[in-house]
Amino acid sequence: MANLHIKDIYKNFGKTEVLKGISFTLNEGEVVSIIGSSGSGKTTLLRCLNFLETPDRGVISIDDKVLFDGDANIKLDDDEIRENRLHFGLVFQSFNLFPQYSVLENVTLAPKLLKKGTNEDIEQKAKQLIEQVGLTEKADSYPCQLSGGQQQRVAIARALALNPDILCFDEPTSALDPELTGEVLRVIKELKIAGRTMIVVTHEMEFAKNVSDKIIFMADGIIEEIGTPQEIFENPKSEKTKHFLQNSLERI
Amino acid sequence: MTFLQVTLFLWEGFKLSLLIFAVTLLCGAPLGLPIAFCSMSKFKPLKYITKVFVWIVRGIPLMLQIFIFYYAPGLVLNIPISRNINLFFLKNFGIENMGMIVPVLVAFAINYACYFSEIYRGGIESISQGQYEAGYVLGLTKFQVFKNIVLKQVIKRIVPPMSNEIITLIKDTALANCIMLPEIIMKAGELASREMLVWPLFYTGVFYLVFVGLLTIILGRVEKKLDYFKA
Ligand SMILES: Nc1ncnc2c1ncn2[C@@H]1O[C@H](COP(=O)(O)OP(=O)(O)O)[C@@H](O)[C@H]1O
Ligand SMILES: [Mg+2]
Repeated sequence: MANLHIKDIYKNFGKTEVLKGISFTLNEGEVVSIIGSSGSGKTTLLRCLNFLETPDRGVISIDDKVLFDGDANIKLDDDEIRENRLHFGLVFQSFNLFPQYSVLENVTLAPKLLKKGTNEDIEQKAKQLIEQVGLTEKADSYPCQLSGGQQQRVAIARALALNPDILCFDEPTSALDPELTGEVLRVIKELKIAGRTMIVVTHEMEFAKNVSDKIIFMADGIIEEIGTPQEIFENPKSEKTKHFLQNSLERI
Repeated sequence: MTFLQVTLFLWEGFKLSLLIFAVTLLCGAPLGLPIAFCSMSKFKPLKYITKVFVWIVRGIPLMLQIFIFYYAPGLVLNIPISRNINLFFLKNFGIENMGMIVPVLVAFAINYACYFSEIYRGGIESISQGQYEAGYVLGLTKFQVFKNIVLKQVIKRIVPPMSNEIITLIKDTALANCIMLPEIIMKAGELASREMLVWPLFYTGVFYLVFVGLLTIILGRVEKKLDYFKA
């Protein structure tokens, strides 16, 4: 069971208000895509969920477990933060693989350091994940020997190794050459079929439409509109949403 | 004097050069690490004190620092400069009554620690934040991230500048002769004035060259070993 509840998340950087009250719910097995123009706070939201940033206000909970409560005035210590992070996985725009480790080692590093099982179990599971993302032949290669698309698939396997409740993607294909986006999107789609709960920030509208249960359109730090892909793409209510979608169509 | 005699005579001096080299490296390289961390500290006073310290040490000639450590104990603490401390291990270097090697070693170790600290700092700061964050979102501790993810990338990046410093160090050991410590060039000078032999002075260059050649090979191997990944 993993239902995510986010309530009234606020985040400022100095005087810049980046998130101004974000609330939504994500049920187990659902995929939500977040779209919106650059600077609207999408990355900051994912970083808050992964506790790379601390929200100024708001509540983050999974099922009945409150991970963060900005009003409770309790500062989380390092161990609690690390504990919380394990509920989430994050796939970065720029992959951030560990260059000195092979593909297999990238995937096994964290589970081994966190003693999540015997070394054999961890390695076996890692090999399964590497197979799942279609890189079995590359298991002993180093990141510098891989294409961007392959690196991003390793990053996905690495994030899955700790079996997070919710996997977040921050524009997973934005740093890729166009011909390589397909292989990454395909992996995410397969994860959806396998029942993963995911939050995907993306500019790939066609993909978002096909894979998501919900679409969130963010603008200026708030959720301007939330709905099913059909509602958002075919029948947007907000002027801002219409405008954004029009612009992203023009780009093509 | 025969060539062999001269060689052996100079070798006595070069052993001292090598001693200064080894002690400086063994003390200075580890000492550079806390200095680097202090200079990156979030606690501002510590950071700025460290930066001023590094600025001073790197900003004045090493020779002057040797003089400072040589004379300061006598001037400030009124401890007489002792030429008669018997440091047993120095017997092997033909300088058994040379307590004055201590100020040289201290000056060298501190001086090089400061240079090393700047190299470490540059290396650590050059690692992208994304590497740390990738580790943190996997639930790793700060220490685990530094030790298992960042460190090797830092090492790879600092090997070339460290090689430069290490090669400079062996040549810097000649500065020890400013307080009459009989390193190799001082020994050669002795031959020039006592035996009217000038060529050994130039011959000392061969000792340095051979040693630097060895260092170059060793450090090149280290660099090669880290070639398997790009960082
Ligand atoms: N660490 C930070 N310090 C200051 N401002 C930041 C920081 N991170 C993000 N911002 C600002 O927050 C706004 C939203 O950024 P971001 O969440 O990256 O948006 P998006 O991912 O939607 O493009 C931007 O205006 C950005 O400049
Ligand atoms: Mg972003």
